[in-house]
Amino acid sequence: AYKRFSELLPKEERENAYSARVPKSQILTLPELRANPFQHRICHVFSTSETGDDSMSFEDFLDMLSVFSDSATSDIKSHYAFRIFDFDNDGILDRKDLEHLVNCLTGQGEESQLSGAEMEQLIQNILEESDIDKDGTINLSEFQHVVSRSPDFASSFKIVL
Amino acid sequence: MRSCWLRAPRRVWAGGRRPRGSLTPPSSPVPAAAAPRPRRARKRRHRRGAPASPAAMSGLGAAAGPAWQRDSGGLSLLAEEPHGAAPVDFLQELPSCQSARRRRGGTQECRPALLGTAGSRGDAARAETGELADRPAREHPKSMAEKRRIRDSQQADTEHLTRWKKWRRTSSKSLKKALTEVKGLSSYLVLWRHDIHSIEGKFGTGIQSYFSFLRFLVLLNFIIFILMFSFVTLPTIISKYGIFNSTIAYISPKNIDDTCTIYKPSGNKGLIYFYTYLKDLLSGTGFLEVTSLFYGYYSIDAVWISIMRYNLPLAYLLATFAYLTLSSLWIIKRSVEGFKQNLVHDADPFQSYCNKVFAGWDFCITDPNAARLKHRSLQYELQTDLQEEKLKQKIAERKMGEKLRIYSLRIFINIIVIAILSGCFYSIYRVTVFSQENSNDIGNVNSQVNLLVQYLPSMVITLANFIGPLIFAFLIRFEDYTPAFEIKLTLLRCVFVRLANIGVLLFSLWSQIAGCGSDKCKPCGYNYKLYPCWESDVGQEMYKLMIFDFIVILAVALFADFPRKLLVTHCSWKLVQWFGHKEFEISDNVLEIIYGQTICWIGTFFSPLLPAIATIKYFIIFYVKKIVLIHTRKPAARPIRASSSNFFFLVVLLIGLLLAFIPLGFSIARIPSSKACGPFRNFNTSWEVIPDTILQFPTGLQQILFGIASEAFAVPFFVILCIMMFYVIALARAHKRVVEQLREQLVLESRDKMFLIRKIAEAQRYP
Repeated sequence: AYKRFSELLPKEERENAYSARVPKSQILTLPELRANPFQHRICHVFSTSETGDDSMSFEDFLDMLSVFSDSATSDIKSHYAFRIFDFDNDGILDRKDLEHLVNCLTGQGEESQLSGAEMEQLIQNILEESDIDKDGTINLSEFQHVVSRSPDFASSFKIVL
Repeated sequence: MRSCWLRAPRRVWAGGRRPRGSLTPPSSPVPAAAAPRPRRARKRRHRRGAPASPAAMSGLGAAAGPAWQRDSGGLSLLAEEPHGAAPVDFLQELPSCQSARRRRGGTQECRPALLGTAGSRGDAARAETGELADRPAREHPKSMAEKRRIRDSQQADTEHLTRWKKWRRTSSKSLKKALTEVKGLSSYLVLWRHDIHSIEGKFGTGIQSYFSFLRFLVLLNFIIFILMFSFVTLPTIISKYGIFNSTIAYISPKNIDDTCTIYKPSGNKGLIYFYTYLKDLLSGTGFLEVTSLFYGYYSIDAVWISIMRYNLPLAYLLATFAYLTLSSLWIIKRSVEGFKQNLVHDADPFQSYCNKVFAGWDFCITDPNAARLKHRSLQYELQTDLQEEKLKQKIAERKMGEKLRIYSLRIFINIIVIAILSGCFYSIYRVTVFSQENSNDIGNVNSQVNLLVQYLPSMVITLANFIGPLIFAFLIRFEDYTPAFEIKLTLLRCVFVRLANIGVLLFSLWSQIAGCGSDKCKPCGYNYKLYPCWESDVGQEMYKLMIFDFIVILAVALFADFPRKLLVTHCSWKLVQWFGHKEFEISDNVLEIIYGQTICWIGTFFSPLLPAIATIKYFIIFYVKKIVLIHTRKPAARPIRASSSNFFFLVVLLIGLLLAFIPLGFSIARIPSSKACGPFRNFNTSWEVIPDTILQFPTGLQQILFGIASEAFAVPFFVILCIMMFYVIALARAHKRVVEQLREQLVLESRDKMFLIRKIAEAQRYP
């Protein structure tokens, strides 16, 4: 892992890779993240940068790998998945978050997005299935509850270097 | 916001984090320890300045969606409220929100505030350390710096414990570490780890599950082979070559007609053509018949190794039961793990929208092309599901006349399907009878036609397996089911065709062997003239099926897929382009290998080395399929999810195994074993070894065992089993009711909260 991280840094900074921060554009060149529609959110969530530029240090990189590894508990994975899917960072998944999420899944570009009516129906179904207290949003424990019943989550939410 | 910090500690007794709307009872601290604490250092700073945070606003705004307007009472009033600062502020000051944010607040802001309120700090710190000590630092969803802090605090804690507790804690930690090391190392030993990982990256987890399934079968067959080899073949070989001072004991058969014991396998003598070797290799006759591949080799009653007596017949039978039990247990274990069945909630976990959306994206995909395909397949899947839902609504609104028409059409098509199936079965029966009669004809033993005749049943079965699915796929379009159900039903029919074909083949073989028309079987109980050693014959048929199956898979890959790809890429005729690239049909491929595995299970009793052949076959098939996949196919437009496909493979495999029990049970228990060869010469049927052995046990044990097998035990056992099952079902129903009630209560609580907030906001505004 250290090797992969230091490859991302420009040559001069490789010696003190432990303390260096890699800018977001470099991180996104990793093959594992390149094709991922959630790449920006991942960088944002795992980055501890003070300036908010989403750069990642080696520790952040390790954090990310440990969450996405096979041995992370489903608790941790669902927690971070919730944060990744929460596009407006307000601690809950509301309709706009869900819409944004579905659009990320179906791909960028006009023809690959669902129509308005389909989106409405889909979000309605999702909320019906997962919103327990019927407040129109999904909070963390509802999310974790619905994900614990989802058999695909553990196998799809992982990155192996 | 100092007041909120004063309020928050009072809530800590409840156990810390209670997310909005959850219903954890106040007195239990356990749920809190399990709840992760989000870290939101930066978010807190951003939000401090905003008077009415738009995020929380959007929470309320979302509440003004259609879900709310449908509710009656106070809620609809809430939707009309101007979204002023008051309700939002209250939401932010709610204890559940506060405790969440306090955890999120992280290091910098929390500490000074907490230090300021001395009394509260003690509570907070106690609650924190109480939770922290429960889990290793790794399992906390925080950044690396905070995890280090947690680990240091945990270590500081352990200083205060007694020596015993300290030792226990350190030893458990080092044990866990050792276990994870071992697990990590053993993952390197896993077969084909890198290959499957690269397939996963390029094609997604659906196709990867197929290759993992193939790997599982290779391992299973290898273990079965080791089992049969070490318990059956090895003692026989040892005794035949006299190693370890071993000798063979032959017990002369009593009460058996001498004509039954004549058995001269046509081992090759004299001048032999190379062609004969090839023919024998392909059909299991000739020189192969006398090797340890087939049942006839094991014509031994007992093996003496120095002073120990090794009961070979008993070992043979018990090894058969052992490999069947091992297979079923392993398959059941694999299908249970990784599949969390929720019996309490009704929704189908595979088809739920949440599963598709939240767990939809495969984070393993590294290839941009594959990513594009995945996007498209996800879009297609979601659109299909939404359409299907609309279709279901339409179906529910069907009128009576339409329903009648559709049901009668379905019955008619099912009759057609049954007719086709009976046609298949009858043709297999006739072909098997024809092949058996003609290949035993001494006249044309060495002609080329003989080989064709011998392979006729295999060819007909493969043809039926190929045509059947095509017909079913064509017919089901008229039956007007929802698309998901169409797929399931077609698959079910294909599975049935494939497995039933094997059953019909075996049935026709038995009708030949035990079919006693005119006194043919009087002395021995079976047709001893044609089949002096009938188990070897059955073994040969299974062997032929397996070899032919292997040849067909290789031939299809070589002669159908590669030319097709060359044609489509280099030839631009409209017709050829319309044909298109072949998709990797997972279900067809899986049914193929399950068919092969069922043959292996049935055949291992009659041919103990068959699992070795199966292992080599699947090993080669893995590489062939991988090359075919990488070079020719494009991934299917219709995505298959890994979890549901894993479950589907294992369920069908289990059906195959259960279907394999039937012929084996029948031939072990019903059909008299051949008297001319094999370890069961001195018994009426193969099963008789066991009662015979039990009779040699001490009387007490005998009585116990016979008692267990008798009705006096079986009926009460069955009754008790039924009672337990009813109890468990009643328990599940009760739980379900409790869950429904809790859900309703949650909804009411949430409404109450909103109502109260609105009232307070009103009271504040108009004092």
